[in-house]
Amino acid sequence: MSEDAPKRAAELGIPEFPPDPADDFEWVPATRQVAGDLPEPPLIDWRTTSSSRRAFLRGVVCSGVAVSASAHLFTVRPSEARAAVRGVERLITLNINGKARRVDVPPSETLAQTIRYRLGLTGTKIGCNRAECGACTVLADDVPIYSCSTLTHQVRGKAITTVEGVAEPDGTLHPVQQAFIDELGPQCGFCTPGQVMSAVGLLKKNPAPTVDQARRALSGNLCRCGAYHHYLAGVMRAAGRA
Amino acid sequence: MAYTLLGKDFTPPDLHAKVTGSAKYAEDFRADGMVFLKIFASPVPHGRVTSIDSEAVKRMPGVVGVLLAHEIKQPSDAGHAILTDYPVFAGQPIFAVAAMTEQQAEDAIQAATVAIDPLPFCIDPLESLRPDGPNANVGGNVANRKDVPLQEIKWTGKDFAKAGDDTLPMGQPAQEWSYGDLEAGFAKAAAVVEESFVSAANAHHAMEPRSCAAYWENGKCHVWGSTQSSSFAVPSLAKYVGISPADVVLVSEYCGGGFGGKAYSYPLMALPALMSKKLNGRPVMMRVSRDEEFYNGSARAGFQGWVKIGFAGDGRVVALDSYIVQDNGSTTGFWDFQNFGMAASVVLQPEAMRFRGIPVLTNTPPKGAQRGPGENQTANILEPLLDKGARALGIDRLAIRLANAPGGGPNGAIGPDRLPLTSAYLREALEQGAAAFDYSQRVKRSGRQRNGKVRSVGIGQAYHAAGYNGWDGMVRITPDGKLHIHTGVGNLGTYSYAATSRVAAEVLGYDWSNTVIERGGTLKAMPFNIGQFGSNTSFTMTRTNYAAAMDARQKLLEIGAMMLGGAADDYELRNERVVARDGSASITFAQAAEKAIALGGKYAGHDVDPELRELTKAAAQMIAGTGLIGVAKDKLPKNGIVPALVAAFIEIELDPETGKVDIVDYLGIADVGQVLHPQGLDAQIRGGAVMGFGLAATERYIYDPAYARPNAKGYYQAKPPTYLDVPAELATLAVEGAHDPQNPVGAKGIGEPVQGAASAAYLSAVSDALGGYTFNRVPVVADMIINAAANLPQSHLPLQTNCQ
Repeated sequence: MSEDAPKRAAELGIPEFPPDPADDFEWVPATRQVAGDLPEPPLIDWRTTSSSRRAFLRGVVCSGVAVSASAHLFTVRPSEARAAVRGVERLITLNINGKARRVDVPPSETLAQTIRYRLGLTGTKIGCNRAECGACTVLADDVPIYSCSTLTHQVRGKAITTVEGVAEPDGTLHPVQQAFIDELGPQCGFCTPGQVMSAVGLLKKNPAPTVDQARRALSGNLCRCGAYHHYLAGVMRAAGRA
Repeated sequence: MAYTLLGKDFTPPDLHAKVTGSAKYAEDFRADGMVFLKIFASPVPHGRVTSIDSEAVKRMPGVVGVLLAHEIKQPSDAGHAILTDYPVFAGQPIFAVAAMTEQQAEDAIQAATVAIDPLPFCIDPLESLRPDGPNANVGGNVANRKDVPLQEIKWTGKDFAKAGDDTLPMGQPAQEWSYGDLEAGFAKAAAVVEESFVSAANAHHAMEPRSCAAYWENGKCHVWGSTQSSSFAVPSLAKYVGISPADVVLVSEYCGGGFGGKAYSYPLMALPALMSKKLNGRPVMMRVSRDEEFYNGSARAGFQGWVKIGFAGDGRVVALDSYIVQDNGSTTGFWDFQNFGMAASVVLQPEAMRFRGIPVLTNTPPKGAQRGPGENQTANILEPLLDKGARALGIDRLAIRLANAPGGGPNGAIGPDRLPLTSAYLREALEQGAAAFDYSQRVKRSGRQRNGKVRSVGIGQAYHAAGYNGWDGMVRITPDGKLHIHTGVGNLGTYSYAATSRVAAEVLGYDWSNTVIERGGTLKAMPFNIGQFGSNTSFTMTRTNYAAAMDARQKLLEIGAMMLGGAADDYELRNERVVARDGSASITFAQAAEKAIALGGKYAGHDVDPELRELTKAAAQMIAGTGLIGVAKDKLPKNGIVPALVAAFIEIELDPETGKVDIVDYLGIADVGQVLHPQGLDAQIRGGAVMGFGLAATERYIYDPAYARPNAKGYYQAKPPTYLDVPAELATLAVEGAHDPQNPVGAKGIGEPVQGAASAAYLSAVSDALGGYTFNRVPVVADMIINAAANLPQSHLPLQTNCQ
């Protein structure tokens, strides 16, 4: 391999580096972003509707879409009634991973929020916050549930297990966890805690599932990387050892 | 060549944290006094903000800061704005609020009164190209990051009238290239296939939304972010924040999915840092919701296109003409359309070819690179058309592909300049895959009905450029004898950060258990590496780690000579020792590391190659004096484009009454040269296939044309495949005997074409099940199959977008 070869590559027009996206821009104050010299438009407040039908429709549209556009992680539309309700925290005892945890929780709080943000157990992930993806799966009395769609107050008295609670106290991994390592189950890993919990829940109920039973049991857990084959191989490897 | 580590499975060091939940993603970090940021998202697809009642927002309980667009410097490109007064897509951040709790921030957002004057909007590129069509940006309707400045291009009424409703109108393109004699090619063709088509845009929808947090301390900006690329993201993030790259402390240990959507930094990633700056450095956390991720999380560009392919009697492509209208989204987007030309020129090696394209702005979320950007759309469109050509010629569908696929090693060429490919084994992938899949037997029963369902077979092929060069590598041997491999490549989940690091251990003869991979943030002293994208980590990072290890190797030999006498050439490395070739004396690597520290200078990382990137020099400075430092720029030669190539075979069962397709069997076979990590390769082939089945069958944008509002934001609407949509087992193979001569270990990447080959094979099989029906549209959803099976017209117009 000759030393001058890189030059030849460049001469041929063969790219050595991908472009840095930040190099594409001229960096300017934001006010210059609006290109062109548009006439100053009349001010239309989309929260109030004027008498014209066009503006009324526009107002309706904008208000409606604003709701969906701002469907944030923990959206609760502000109203006095809701504010009053969500403001009342109650001290409750949760059984999390075999330990009694005393925690102040308002009635509107989901289990995922409590686990992650009050108890600091961040292994449980929130991928969609609306029961679509399963990244938040935990066990309640050994049954897999979506913690993003379960109110914390609903699980008082139940034994909650999160991904942090499935390994042995000495650190020995649960057979599902070990099998997921052996089969290279996770890719990006964000859905993995949920996959682990669904698999653990399955094996508690059915220690020797068929592949199809495993597939159905885990079907509420989305994996955008598409690692399903590897997770299923992990479940089957763990079956009988759990 | 026989390797000790390469080509063998291992446990990547981050896997334990992933299965136990201890892996820290950006949103898992906490800091004392942290406040929470929420954005006000544009409710309109295109408009001008005329007023924001920010005082009312500030008066809301718990609010500690409001950040408006005019307070920060940002990119001139409207769609790339961090905050904007000129939204160009619904969902674009207009202003941000920080409050003591997330709920208070949300309440403050809801309390805001924002006046916006709507502007005309556009979601269909062809509409924008009409003489009186709307522009998605007041500065024009055509732009692209790669060589297409913002401008206005309108086609004539005649262009549209000439085409009619079923054919793509083809007015003035923004880019065009050709080679060979196209006319002569078509004249001599035994069969010609000519079709217009649509390939839908679809959202990336990484599982981890791009949540991010930041604070400032001692003049440095600390960011916990989600990015595919740990070091490549730093300069652009610094630019967004408005500081020097040296002042960015980035922590990105895990990235919960990117697929190109988090290739490096992005505007939203700078927002917590900018808010924190306004709050005197107070930690700011921005949790991003699923909806916000849809709007700000990037998407694959849609195509409306036309292609005409001329085949010789044996299936050889003698002429290919093409035109791509790209739905560029609201920003300068990505160059998918250009990649159509490149991919077609590689996979089919046409004797003559013309490419024309135009990237048109729409008021939809910014489009970015999504796994095989352009190349995979190309595969989806072209592969069923190859089948059509084979039927017209009366030849086998495998034969028509073998007649064109480049193979045999350093053969084949790409693009208008016919640049050489470093190595291509697509032909071998087809041959070896067909044998393993028992294609010749399965194809005989393709199209047969049983119990009302049709079995069929499909073949797919895909390409992606898979190798940059010229990056920096760095390794360190510490006095405890351990090898630390510093890598800034990122942790997307392919484990290539680890697989490519093993090259350094291989070069130095290290036991893998004696190595440590230093990664996940600037505090780990990352050299400036290529990002983890573009299927190139395997090719590029094996080269850089090889270069760094070779530098360390030379220093070890020199230190051996210094300590034991003689010249460096008198020594070799064996069992983590520097050993005299005659076996008379040796020192351990640990002793050599101690000596390197004592020597200082180049041995300990104090003096480095001036050609290294600034970030690499800074990283070397961080660890200088702590061991023997090998740090080098990849100056190995490269004389061509590195192609990642995949062939795929599929058998499906299609129910014509319900439109349901069950995948019976699948095999993906990859031309990766030397396999670095077999299990990781399997995971990529399988995961790419799953994502490919979504691309082919379900994933797409749906927009309401009246209001330019998305109707497929959530997972249940955007429809990535679940466990139940794919078979439990997917077969994989690597092409035997493949080796890339321009990589020191013969390796190249594969992450992207594994998706395109799978989706194309699926589409090829669906068409075959329906007697060769060409949908010319991706995805092929169930109702399209029902219509096709029942000989009913499709419910969409031929070139309609954002609809099915």
